[in-house]
Amino acid sequence: MTADSRKTSQFEIVRREDFSDVTYLLEIRHPLMARAARPGQFVIVMEHEHGERIPLTLADFDRDRGTVTLVVQAVGKTTKEMQERCQVGTSLYALVGPMGIPSHIGLARKVVCVGGGLGVAPVYPQARAYKQSGAYVIGVIGFRSKELMFWEDKFRAVCDEFIVCTDDGSEGIKGLVTAGIEQAIAHHSDIDELVAIGPPIMMKFCAETTRPHGIKTLVSMNPVMVDGTGMCGGCRVRVGDQVKFACVDGPDFDGHAVDFDDLMARLQRFRASETDALERWQEACRVRADAEAQREPPPLIGTRPAADR
Amino acid sequence: MPPKKTIRTIPQERTPMQEQDPDIRATNFAEVTCGYTLEEALREAERCLFCPDEPCVRGCPVEIDIPAFILKITEKNFHGAYETITDTNLLPAICGRVCPQETQCEGVCTIVDTLEPVAIGRLERFVGDMAIAEGWESVPYVEPSGLRVAIVGSGPAGMACAADMAKAGCEVTVYEVFHEAGGVLKYGIPDFRLPNEVIDAEIDKLRQLGITFECNTLVGRLFTVEQLLTEMGYHAVFIGTGAGYPSFMGIPGESLAGVLSANELLTRCNLMRARDFPDFDTPLQPGKRVAVIGAGNTAMDAMRVCLRLGAETVYCVYRRTRIEAPARAEEIHHAEEEGIEFHWLTSPVEILGDDDSNVRGLRCQSMELGEPDESGRRRPVSVPDSEFEMDVDMVVYAIGTNANPILGQTSSLRLNDRGYIVADESLATSIAGVWAGGDIVTGAATVIEAMGAGRKAAAAMKEYLGLRDTNVVYLPERSGSDGKRFGIDLHEHDYARVSV
Ligand SMILES: Cc1cc2nc3c(=O)[nH]c(=O)nc-3n(C[C@H](O)[C@H](O)[C@H](O)COP(=O)(O)OP(=O)(O)OC[C@H]3O[C@@H](n4cnc5c(N)ncnc54)[C@H](O)[C@@H]3O)c2cc1C
Ligand SMILES: Cc1cc2nc3c(=O)[nH]c(=O)nc-3n(C[C@H](O)[C@H](O)[C@H](O)COP(=O)(O)OP(=O)(O)OC[C@H]3O[C@@H](n4cnc5c(N)ncnc54)[C@H](O)[C@@H]3O)c2cc1C
Ligand code: SF4
Ligand code: SF4
Ligand code: FES
Repeated sequence: MTADSRKTSQFEIVRREDFSDVTYLLEIRHPLMARAARPGQFVIVMEHEHGERIPLTLADFDRDRGTVTLVVQAVGKTTKEMQERCQVGTSLYALVGPMGIPSHIGLARKVVCVGGGLGVAPVYPQARAYKQSGAYVIGVIGFRSKELMFWEDKFRAVCDEFIVCTDDGSEGIKGLVTAGIEQAIAHHSDIDELVAIGPPIMMKFCAETTRPHGIKTLVSMNPVMVDGTGMCGGCRVRVGDQVKFACVDGPDFDGHAVDFDDLMARLQRFRASETDALERWQEACRVRADAEAQREPPPLIGTRPAADR
Repeated sequence: MPPKKTIRTIPQERTPMQEQDPDIRATNFAEVTCGYTLEEALREAERCLFCPDEPCVRGCPVEIDIPAFILKITEKNFHGAYETITDTNLLPAICGRVCPQETQCEGVCTIVDTLEPVAIGRLERFVGDMAIAEGWESVPYVEPSGLRVAIVGSGPAGMACAADMAKAGCEVTVYEVFHEAGGVLKYGIPDFRLPNEVIDAEIDKLRQLGITFECNTLVGRLFTVEQLLTEMGYHAVFIGTGAGYPSFMGIPGESLAGVLSANELLTRCNLMRARDFPDFDTPLQPGKRVAVIGAGNTAMDAMRVCLRLGAETVYCVYRRTRIEAPARAEEIHHAEEEGIEFHWLTSPVEILGDDDSNVRGLRCQSMELGEPDESGRRRPVSVPDSEFEMDVDMVVYAIGTNANPILGQTSSLRLNDRGYIVADESLATSIAGVWAGGDIVTGAATVIEAMGAGRKAAAAMKEYLGLRDTNVVYLPERSGSDGKRFGIDLHEHDYARVSV
């Protein structure tokens, strides 16, 4: 028996959408997971047998369709390879979850949900859950520029108020999401909670913005993970004076207690290997593309335009 | 009748096992020990006195009938020997390799006062390997009892329980969170000690018994233990989730880039095959000068893995002495041969980092042994003004693990104050219909003890499900080479009704 016979094809990709040339959505069939998933949880994916286990947040789940949705940003070897290979009808080698403690959708009456860039996707289920629980939801989303925006309508539909920020001012407020947060705080003195998901540096500044106002702030930690079950300790983060494993104790933590500098330093742990892997893969793609171009059959009739390479 | 022998008439020397040369093996992941040849096995089997009082049997946590299987080896009835072993131990090729025999079966062998003990583990491995090589298997037709059993975790505890329940006619599903089955055997213990093919071969045998393995399934989060019994219609559940949550010491410098748990190192290397990076995608970035903290099996494995990944020096840092080191004697011996530098009576106090958050050293202090503590071991106390620095670029923690919190977070299972699942004598938990065993109940232990727990729970589960003795008729074997019944003992497994 080989590893092949273990290979399941049960994680079929049923829909794909490309938001930009680096961001794409995958909707995957997994009825059991669609039923179990809660806002704030994540999955671990292996695209193929030699692949890496990478964590991705559940951006949506549809119990009727029996699917879960991931939104992925192509940043390195694995996510770029997935961008190329994950097409509708193909399957993932492994998909496991939902992992992590679901976000606590408590009795907060007024909440701000902040998504920066890709973070818009993972914060969406939380915004929706708050809305369903009867809270007044203020959505703040930030992108570098208007062209990169996605899920604006979807997000807006679960918000009572909606603030868009772009770095270049091509849409909404010109500035970072912190500008949007400040605006929300200025208009509402009774905000109970703020949830921020995005790059660590963004979450750090969100926490700094709310700190003087004493608004409870939750952030979603995204350290490097392997198993996602509390077995390796690679995902440890510093929260206050404690060390927590993000995969089983989180991923949501109190933004005012988290040590973001520690998180950012630990995200660099495998930088050298990651760069190496990406370069090798890109080189392999180039070689393959060249080989394929050469293998093209000669035209039957000599009318085909010469090398369009 | 076994032949009459005395300690003077048997071969005096324990038959050595061929090993790869230390200098060569420290650069590859091939198995260190090569196993006995037929002649070697026969010679070693001659050393057994077939003691009527069988002390060795009581030394084995699952009480393998050791003299009986060794006798069969001397009679060249290897298939028979295999049947005798598999009556109680499903995974001889694995236990023969990884059991700490010196504290179990071999430690109490009659001849150990005068001679080196009979190499029970090596003989067991010989038989297990032969079974794999020859493809001995027979799939008994067991009439389905209509009862369904779920097993959580595919480590040795789960596998042993699954096998017993399948042989009793239950429909058994094993749920595993990783993408491959095997537990610590797969992700922890490296190939040079326990090759993955051996584990896969043994797991294949379980599949042939009709057991289904569902990988990529996180029980507790995808569905709960309670749901298994209610919505999902299982009649009984066994939990063998292991105790994998790694400990750190809480000294300064632990979040530096080159600091990781042995579990992370071993999982990246073994299961995710980071040793074959970039052919496999998972990175590891091994150190050149590595300090491993701890001296158990996990520490030995971590050190020897680092050597094989190209480290120039590997230090073992342990606060007690070699005598207290929990690793198997053979592993410490192998590690020494391969050039690991042991620093006994040494305890780390701080990990030093450079400007880029990489490890540049480990500050340690010397210890001495003081009064015995609760465990009876003499407690190490620090020697004043004994601090010194080690020049290392990677620090690996192998100082033990704790209970995994996921099932506690998601079920009403009663846990003890350290987070382990509370189970009674028969391994029943606080939820009716749910049993638990292995490391998640006892804390980190051994492979064979985990298997023993799996079987003990299975016995209680069979009783609970009312699977009692019935008339058993086995169909003739479907595969197998010599027409003999294989792996199934009528007395042991006569719970199932079988139709002819
Ligand atoms: C809980 C959690 C949720 C996440 N959700 C999403 C999501 O919804 N969408 C999304 O696009 N990304 C998400 N990420 C980040 C995503 O896992 C990484 O972008 C991905 O692993 C990068 O892999 P790569 O090989 O493409 O890039 P690489 O070149 O390997 O890495 C690029 C960077 O990604 C990070 N990274 C690398 N490997 C891992 C790993 N195994 N685990 C975590 N981070 C890693 C490191 O900071 C690294 O420097 C999440 C991470 C975590 C921990
Ligand atoms: C590096 C290392 C070396 C060792 N060397 C030896 C040795 O030489 N000799 C020896 O006798 N012992 C050794 N041991 C100890 C031995 O491996 C363990 O005692 C034994 O494996 C415990 O078995 P188990 O079945 O209880 O758990 P495990 O083997 O830990 O298996 C538990 C399984 O359950 C899965 N799981 C956990 N939670 C869930 C969940 N919620 N849902 C689904 N699946 C889940 C895990 O992924 C895992 O696969 C070693 C241990 C380590 C770590
Ligand atoms: S299972 Fe382990 S303890 Fe038991 S006889 Fe075999 S080697 Fe010895
Ligand atoms: S104690 Fe030793 S000599 Fe006696 S039966 Fe057991 S293995 Fe043989
Ligand atoms: S990812 Fe391994 S412990 Fe969290």
